[in-house]
Formats: sequence, C-alpha cells, structure tokens
Amino acid sequence: MAYSEKVLDHYNNPRNVGALPKDDPTVGTGVVGAPECGDVMKLQIKVGANGVIEDARFKTFGCGSAIASSSLATEWVKGKTLAEASAIRNTDIVQELNLPPIKIHCSVLAEDAIRAALADYAAKQEKHG
Amino acid sequence: MTVKLPIYMDNHATTRVDPRVLDKMLPYFSEIYGNAASKTHAFGRAAEEAVDKARVQLAKAIGASSDKEIVITSGATESDNLAIKGVAHMHREKGDHLITVCTEHKAVLDSHHALEREGFRVTFLPVQQDGLVDLAQLEAAMTDQTILVSIMAVNNEIGVVQPLAEIGKLCKKRGILFFCDAAQAVGKIPLNVEEMGIDLLAFTAHKMYGPKGIGALYVRRKNPRVRLEAMMHGGGHERGLRSGTLAVPLIVAFGEAAELITAKQAEETARLLALRERLWTGLQARLQHIYLNGHATQRAPGSLNVSFAYVEGESLLMGISDIAVSSGSACTSASLEPSYVLKALGVNDELAHTSIRFGIGRFNTEEEIDYTLERVVEVVTRLREMSPLWEMVQEGIDLRTVNWTGH
Repeated sequence: MAYSEKVLDHYNNPRNVGALPKDDPTVGTGVVGAPECGDVMKLQIKVGANGVIEDARFKTFGCGSAIASSSLATEWVKGKTLAEASAIRNTDIVQELNLPPIKIHCSVLAEDAIRAALADYAAKQEKHG
Repeated sequence: MTVKLPIYMDNHATTRVDPRVLDKMLPYFSEIYGNAASKTHAFGRAAEEAVDKARVQLAKAIGASSDKEIVITSGATESDNLAIKGVAHMHREKGDHLITVCTEHKAVLDSHHALEREGFRVTFLPVQQDGLVDLAQLEAAMTDQTILVSIMAVNNEIGVVQPLAEIGKLCKKRGILFFCDAAQAVGKIPLNVEEMGIDLLAFTAHKMYGPKGIGALYVRRKNPRVRLEAMMHGGGHERGLRSGTLAVPLIVAFGEAAELITAKQAEETARLLALRERLWTGLQARLQHIYLNGHATQRAPGSLNVSFAYVEGESLLMGISDIAVSSGSACTSASLEPSYVLKALGVNDELAHTSIRFGIGRFNTEEEIDYTLERVVEVVTRLREMSPLWEMVQEGIDLRTVNWTGH
C-alpha cells in the first residue's frame, strides 16, 4: 500500500504523543477501538477556563493511517472550543490525509476518540459542578 | 561492512533468481528456442533434451524413482488444483471424502471448497497450538469413503514442518492417496517421496531461487499408480495430464535451481539456522512480550514468525520500511481479517495483528540480520511508547478486563 506524504509525516513525526493526568478535572480522556480489531486510540484534551482546548495528547495502537489520523486530530482540536472540536468530521481527516477507502475506519475512530474525550470532559464537569 | 538497503527478507513470498540459474536459462530464449514437442528437427530435439535433463534434476530433488513422474505446470497453485481436483474427479466412484488441514495454502483450501460445491465432503482438520497436525485426529477422520489426504510440508506463514512420514504411513495403511504441497519445502528440509509415502507432491521454482511461472506436480507411477483427470486439455503434453507448449527456458532454470538447492541443503540449513537463531535470541534479549508463532524446532530453517505484543504489524512494517518482510496483520490484507493460519494456532486476534514473518534466505547475510535486529528493536520500542495498550500494561491493567468499544 502506498502511503500519502502526510500519513508518512505524521507516522514519522507524530504530534502530541503522550499522556495528560487523567484524573485532572480539566482533562477529558477518550479510549476507542479494540485490540482484537487491530486499533485502539487514546485521545486526551485539556480544557482551559475559557472553554478552549489548550492541549491535547494521544497514544495509538494501530496501523500508520490510524497513528496519522489521531496525530492530526490532536493538532486540530488544540485551540478550538468544545463546540468547534465536536464539529470535526472523519471526512475532513480522510481528505487531509488522502486516506484510501480501506483506511476510512481509521478516520472514523479518530472522530470517535475526539467525541469520547469531549464526553468524558463533560461528565467530569457535571460531577465537579 | 555496510549493508545495502533495502534488505530482502521475505523469501517465503518469493526468492531472487540465482545468477547461476539465470545463466543456464538465457540461451533457451535466443539460441535453443525450439518447441520441445517438435521431434522432427534439431531445434525441437535440443529443447526436448534440455527438458529431459531438467526432469531428471527435478525427480532427483524429491527422491522420485522416475523422471516420468514429473508433470510440469505453471506453479504450485496449478499443481495443487491439478492434484486435488484431478484425484477427486478420477476417483469419484471410489469415494466422495477428502481430508485437509485448515492452515493449508489458499490454493489447497479453495480447491477443496470448489469440490464441496460439486458435492464432495471435506474434513478440514484443526492444528495444535504449535501448528502441527494431530495424527490421532487425522486417523480418526479417515473413512472408507476417503480418497485423498492433502497436507503441506512446510507452512508458508509460520514455517512449521508437518510429520510427513507418519502421515504417509497412515494413508498407506488405509489405501488413501497422500498429496503434499511442498512449495516451501523442497531443498529446505529433507524430503523424499519414497521414504515419506507421498503419492503426489507440488513444488515451484520461484521459492527455490528459480523463476516465477513454472512448477511441477509429482505423480507416483508405482505402488500405487496414481491416476488423475486432467484440467488442461489440448495437445496431450505431459502424458496428457497438462497440455500446453513447454516453457523450455523456465523448465531448464527450474531443474538447475532444484539441483543447486538440494546439493547444498545440509550446509545451507546450518547457515540459515545460525542466522535465524541470531535474530531470535537477539530479539528476545532486547524486547519483552514477544512470542514465536509455530513449533520452536520443527520448522524450516529460514523461517521466523514473531508476534510483538502491543505493536500493530502494519505500523511496524512501515517503521522498518527498508527491510522487506510481511505481516499477519489484517491491515496488510484486503479482507481486514488477521491471518487465518495464526488464528488456527489459537493465537488471539490481538496478537495476530502484531505478527511479523521473517523469511531468511540464500542471499541474506549476518550483517543484514544485525541491521534488521537493530531496526526492529528501535521501531518496536518507539511504537510501544506511543501504544495505549503498552501504557495500560505498564500500569498493571489486565487488557482482558477492559471494556473495549469494538467497531
């Protein structure tokens, strides 16, 4: 399979790899996928007092396209409001990375990861009032 | 010594044509180009002579008692089809049951599926955790209706060597024909159709440093005389079993390749085993959570299939892109299903996704092994650092207890 230059770039120089403290009330964590399906993504956001995502991190078990999709997702959510982040669609990721049809599920997973992180953050906020 | 990149270590997929083999075949394109069936003139007779010589080389390589038992085909896939369908169609009256194993090559499995659609019954035997057939299970599956047992010599993905002599004995006892797909085996393990009781055997040139597009089927002529129905009809070549003008240059090359590989088999086995051990012990010394797939010792010498837990296979291939190997990961296949061979061994999907097949061959060097080792360790380490699964395992989380959101 030929990879697009952007996929190769994200694979070789992944942005924002790492972890944020998951018990921090300003951090939302999303883990999606399953090992037996061949990909698991963990995406985390840190939200500032102004409601803007000020930091993001990811870790991914998956193919190069899955790594690139999640790396790109962290780049994109940074600096966005929660509403803006939730508007990111997998089709945007497909387009940006030139993913072939067989890799579209990687972009779907990245969108799911963003949503899961947003939902986790919202749940924490509710709990902490 | 510096290593020339990229490194080819996918010798189960195919091999480079040995320069000595290429030298032998080239004159048969430009100088000795007659049709081997044209016995009335010198061009044809020269071609026929070359084919006859190659046939003897091929027969010798597998311990066949006569060169008349060699049927030239286009490759192992055709040989598999001819053997399985040819026997089934010829012996329909005698029985309608065939036995094979679920880790066989697709050419064998799909030939059986085609026969099932015609009304034949097929038993697909499971394998044990080490990839080997359970002989008691094989014996128990045999019935009075069984006409053929098809079991490969060396598995193309995991390299395990099936107990051929024992299988041959069981078949002989029950009067059942034994077909062996030996595409990965000829010249790589000791192989002898007489000693092992093999009645039909498929092999191919491109897995033994010969060209692609040429193979053969051994068909026993004595004790018993095996009869087959042809698939390719036409000029009656190959004693009517496979019509079509013989590809003389390819056949010459095939014969030469077979002679070269069998002549040095013991010596080359020792060399390949040393290279494989160097790679495997090196990996084990430097990486945790890696697993060998298939029997540890009963395997072809150049074959190593390893699961690198918590690192997806395709992403690993991408990281070692200057080394040509292959993966059992679903992401490398069109089906999005991980390797059916690894699944049959009971390797779970999660680990199957992380497997890499190293196929060490004639042209690989110790320097290449060392380079490969360094690269794999480096990339696995890097990918584990960005793997959420690795992180969880380091935190002491049992991955089986996690509620995953499968998709």
